[in-house]
Parts: sequence; C-alpha cells; structure tokens
Amino acid sequence: MFLAKTFGMRGICPDDKKNPINKKNIESADIPNVAYIPVCQHYGTPAKIIVKPGDVVEEGQLIAVADGEISANVHASIPGVVQGIKEVYIGNGKKSDVIVIELGGTFSKSGRIIQLNDWLSMSKEDLLEKIIQSGIVGHGGDAFPEGKKLEYALKNGTSTLIVNGAESEPYLTSDHRLLVEKTEGVLIGTQIVNKILEAKNVYIAVENNKRDAIRRLKILSANRYSYKTVGLKVKYPQGNEHQLVKAVTGKIIPGNEKVQDHGITVINVATLIAIKNAVINDKPMIERVVTVSGAGIAHPKNLIVRIGTPIRDVIEECGGFTGKIAKVVIGGPMRGYAQKDLETPVTKDVSGILCITHEESSHFKKNGICINCGKCVSACAEGLMPSLLVKYISYKHYKLAYENGLDNCKECGACAWVCPAKIPLVQQIQFGKNFYRNQRKVSAENSGN
Amino acid sequence: MVVDHNEKLLISVSPHIQNRESTVSMIYIVILFLLPACIFGFISFGFSAVAIVLLSILFAVLTEIVCQLIMRRPVTIYDGSAILTGLLLGMTMPPTVPLYIPILSSIFAVAIVKQAFGGLGQNWANPAVAGRVFATLSWPEKMQIWLPPFSSDGLTAATPLSAVQSSLLNGGNYGNEGAIQLLDTLPGDVLRSQVDYLRMFFGFKGGCIGEVSVFLLVLAAAFLLYRKIITIDIPLSFLGSAAIMAWIFEGTRFGGALFTGDPLFHLLSGGMILGAFFMATDVVTTPLTTKGRVIFGVGCGAITMLIRIWGNCAEGVGLAILFMNMLTPAIDRYVRNYPVGWHKKKEKLDEN
Repeated sequence: MFLAKTFGMRGICPDDKKNPINKKNIESADIPNVAYIPVCQHYGTPAKIIVKPGDVVEEGQLIAVADGEISANVHASIPGVVQGIKEVYIGNGKKSDVIVIELGGTFSKSGRIIQLNDWLSMSKEDLLEKIIQSGIVGHGGDAFPEGKKLEYALKNGTSTLIVNGAESEPYLTSDHRLLVEKTEGVLIGTQIVNKILEAKNVYIAVENNKRDAIRRLKILSANRYSYKTVGLKVKYPQGNEHQLVKAVTGKIIPGNEKVQDHGITVINVATLIAIKNAVINDKPMIERVVTVSGAGIAHPKNLIVRIGTPIRDVIEECGGFTGKIAKVVIGGPMRGYAQKDLETPVTKDVSGILCITHEESSHFKKNGICINCGKCVSACAEGLMPSLLVKYISYKHYKLAYENGLDNCKECGACAWVCPAKIPLVQQIQFGKNFYRNQRKVSAENSGN
Repeated sequence: MVVDHNEKLLISVSPHIQNRESTVSMIYIVILFLLPACIFGFISFGFSAVAIVLLSILFAVLTEIVCQLIMRRPVTIYDGSAILTGLLLGMTMPPTVPLYIPILSSIFAVAIVKQAFGGLGQNWANPAVAGRVFATLSWPEKMQIWLPPFSSDGLTAATPLSAVQSSLLNGGNYGNEGAIQLLDTLPGDVLRSQVDYLRMFFGFKGGCIGEVSVFLLVLAAAFLLYRKIITIDIPLSFLGSAAIMAWIFEGTRFGGALFTGDPLFHLLSGGMILGAFFMATDVVTTPLTTKGRVIFGVGCGAITMLIRIWGNCAEGVGLAILFMNMLTPAIDRYVRNYPVGWHKKKEKLDEN
C-alpha cells in the first residue's frame, strides 16, 4: 500500500466521496417516454441522419451513419416513432442535431439473449468491423470512436494493453461497480480487444480504493487469463492516459503525443463491457452506466441509462434535489461540464450526473491575486507551470505560453483545484489554447495566400 | 418528486469542486499556530514582550489601511496578511527594545516592502524579515539586549548565541553589564560545552520573544506540514545545509579541526527554527518549483552559518532569508519545470 504504483510525486488527492454508492448495485433506469438522441456524441464529425419524421424505428436500429474519417454510428435507444429533428445544446456545450423518438413498438435488443455469437471463431477484421458498426465510443470522457482507435492501434502495432479502471475522479463509481459486478464481462471484453491487438502485456489498472474489485479481478483472472492486475495509489489525475501509462509501465510519454504511437493502448472498463455486448450479444451502444451523485441529490446511485434520456428524468428517478443546488454537472467533477438546464440528453460520454451544492462547488474569484505559492506547479502531472502559463496568456504572450508547453495541458483541473487564490486557471488555459490555435490558423491562411 | 423548474444553475468551467484552503484561511491558520510560541514568550519575558508584539501588529494593520486608502485601493485588512507580518515581526524582537523600534519596523515592513510594491503577493521580500533586518541595522545596540527567561529582576543576560559570540570577539574577558559577566568570562568553547540542549529545546533561554520555544514551534510546523500549508523542502534544506556547515566549520572558531562543530547547538539557538519553518516558507517570496525551493533553502542555511561563524553578528537568519528572497526571481528564471518528455518536443519544434 505504501509503495503502491503511481505516476510520480505530482498530482492531487481530493476527498474521493465515492461512499456509499460504491457498495450499492447498479440499477436499471426507467425507459424514457421521449428520447433525444444527438447525432454528434463523439469526437469528430457528426453522423448523417438516415431517418425522417414519421419513420418507425426498432430498438437498436441505425438512425445516423458515421460520416467522415472520425465519426461513429448512432442507434435508436428506444423503439418508437421519429417525431422530428431539433437542434439543441448537448452536454459538452456544443450544438448538435437531435433525433426525437417517442416510445412505442417492441423491444428487440433488451432481455436475456439465448443465442450468443461465437466470437472466438470470428476473424480480427470481423471483430473490428462489428465494433465500428455498433457505434461504441470511449466511455471515459473523451468519446473518441472506439473502432477507429482500435483500427489505428492495430495499424501501428500494440505491445501493451492497459485496461483503465483507475476512475480517479471523485464521486464517480460506475467503473468500480462494473468491475465488481461484471468482472467476467470486463475480462471477456479484454480478451476480444486483445484478439484484435495481440498485445504481449495486458494490465488491468485499478486504484487502491477499489479493493473488492481488485480481489475479484485477481481471483477470476488468475485461473484463466494471463492479465496482470495492478493496484495504484489513489491520486488524481491517474485516469488520464498519459499518467496511467506512467503509473503502470513507467514509460514517460510527452503530453502532446498520442500513447498509441508508443505501442500502448488504453481502454476504459465500461468501454470493454460495451464491446462485449456488441460482439457477443449484437447490442449496439444504446445505454450506459451513469453515476448520479453529489450532495444535492436525494438517493445517489448508479443507473443503466438509455442514450437520449433527458437528465431531468434521471435526477427525478433518484429522488430529485434535496435542497438548493449550485450546479448540475455532466461528467466528473474535475473535467465535467456544468449544465444550463435539465433538458440535456444523456450522451455516450456521460459518466456521471452530479448535483453539486454551494458548499461543495468551487468559488472562483474573478480577480484572485496569484501569490506565487507554486501549488499549481507541484500539482501539474504534465510538469507544466500553470501560474506562469496563465500569466503569459493574460499578457497576451500566446507564443511564449505555447513554447512552455501549453499544448501539453490536459485540462485535468488539478491546478485550479489546489489554487488557494481561487484563480480559474483552466478557463484561462482553454482561452489561451483556442486563441493561439485561431491565431495560427489565420497566419497559415495568410501565408497560403 | 418533481425537480424544481425555476432553479437557476451556475455555469462555470471545470473543475467543479475545489480545495477548501484559500489564501486567507492559510494565513489565519499560520497565525493561530504561531500563537502558542508567542504566548510562551509572553510568559517568559513579561509585559514588555506583550506590548512589543501587540504594538507591531497594531501598526502593521494601521499602516496597511493608510497605504491602501492613500493609493485608493480596496482595503484588504480582512485577509490577515498584515496581522501575520506584525505578529512575526513582534516575535523576532528582543524583549527589551524601546517600543518605537517595533512600531517603526512595522511601518517600514508594510509600507515600503509590501504596499509600495503592490500589496499581498507582490512583495519582493518577506516583510517581517525585512522589518527585523531594518531594526537590526538601524539600532544595533538596542537590538542586542536580552533578558534571561522567567525572571523579574530586570537584569539582562546573554542568549546562548550571543554569549559565545561576544566571548570569542573579546578573548573571553569582555566585561558586560549584569549577568553576562559571569558567563562571558569563560572562553567560547567551554561556554558551548555547558549548553543544556533540553533547556534550549523547551525554551528556557534568552532570545527574541517568539523564537525561544523551539518545541512549540516544531509542533506548529508539524501541523502546518500535515495540512500542506507549508512544504517540507525549504525547512529541510535550510536546516540540513546549516547543520552540515556548522558540523564542518564551526570547530575552527575555537581553534579546533574541521568536522568538529556542533550542529545541534546551532539548530536550537537563535531564530533558526522560526526562520526555517515560518519565514523562509513564505510562499510569495520563494521559488515556484521544488528544485528552486531546495536551492533557496540551501542558500539560506549556508548564508546563515556564514554570518554566524565568520560574521560580526551573532545571528544571521534574517539576513540570509532576505538575501535569498532577493535571489528568488533569478532562481525562478533559471530553475524551471519542463513538461514531461520535453526534449522530444523540442526536437519536434526545431523541425517545424
């Protein structure tokens, strides 16, 4: 325990607040009456809609196809009739077209499946095609189309596969519960992915606050699989790909390079379950496990929620708010997005819905004075100097900030969490990044002309 | 179970939770944990010590208010930084100084060192240290009159450090007033061999008001370290380098060989502990990176011992911290953290 692996001296140790729902079983949420299914729930170009208002769709039917190099299919999460197509804001603050489906018809994908696919006899390409078709995206938060990621990893060769069960964000427990309740599923998912990638070393990385999960993994994987279960020290941001790779293998990868280029693939636990469901049960990505937590919610729990359910329904199902709340956050508390209203639908990348009270929430000061304490510097896992970067940005030295590693920033929020002057460091850094990118784009266009 | 529709929701950039520690709370916690050592000084040295500390706090706060009013800035007295400056300054005063010295030093510390450069977070040196050095250089005679602990007869006495120093300077025959005489007739090395470490540790010695009780200071520092309000890098490198310097060179003062010094005596005497844990760790005037802070601490320790062994003054902590404060911008400029895997990135930049 004392010598548990981690990614180095840096990082922060916030109170993990995972009790008590890390002991409660995952429950199924109600099926929504109306589902709002965005066509852009992934990193990349939006999918192209192939249904029109009035169409009758089955559960799991393809309603929008991947469009472009990096994109993902979108399926109907409930059976019913397409009511129309609207444009709304989705969880990450972007606008997206949304297919509105009203419930009706038969459920063909839910329920216990008797006939399982014999995936062992399928070829690598078939498996990969199946994953691409089922529209799975990374469940961890970046929402990169998983099929494309595996395709890239296969092309570049992979020597190490790391299953990411770190879940270092406070509050979130969905990966933890999946590891405990669906250990078998995670291991089969790992097997499927490893059949495609043929990695030599397979690690399952779990933080040490999930002892029950580690125990179950060790018992189950010891008999049948050669996967190594690695217990990690509890520290944020260990769930980040780069930090996880450092913690598990000791390899240092620059923050602005992809880990796949170094022969390493990191896959989230929940993604593996989705892959297993897609390959063996023919079930596309129409639902996911969502942690509903925070001090402002009456009955925090982990729910299996259909994609497209408005977060209002999910919050109501958990007993509603207990009192005055400050924020409703989609995702984890460190990297999630605050919502302006409760109509936002659950998308494929929503790992949690957090109702945060005023006491819990952050109170940034507009003109917080930096006192040069260096806490952000010792918190930054990428070895940056956030206070310096922000000073460069506020004096408009974007190039200088870039040369000091602005691009390496993963916006994990550790610096802003630790800042005693309550300076919104992440906001400033995001601003600087966008500004510098736009500046470069403009200058590139000018030089092109 | 209907969710309230009219609830207004806050929108902000991540992270949505934050550490409870703020600049203000950190300052007040430091003040709180300095108080036991300060009160020990009050009990040990009597009413004059209370007056010195209270006056320096009062004038630090008043100066801050006046400065901010003159500069038409918001008055930020609630943040406690002026109180901390006054408290630290009072704690580094000898218990017998005339009351105008702490008052003038407080005004100098807050007005010249802190507010003239932009207030909290912008000062170039720790105001309390600068104020103390200001007093030492302005009134050297008055700043070196000490009281024996727990006595009410009004006689002065030497601190362990100053006794050794003055006996060395005067060949052991210096006839000072009162109780010093008896001590100082002994040669420095004999004097030093009579030191009782336990008495020094628990504060039964002469010295500045706040620095005598090493025990209470160490307890407070341990709590601050636990709460992560101060970091261990500066105190450790400060005390470590001072101890090593003392061990190597101190013996030569008494005509002995190298490596015969007594590091424990130097760690327990003077303002070493107060300086290392509460003054050198002032976040505003120390480097940003851990590497930089270690350099800062080593510099502080080395300069302190340089002054104590070969200098004219008995005490060197204040000057050492002040000197390293001034070097901090230079350290920050040259000692930096580089992003993980930086060298690879640099090559890439060169290619483009």
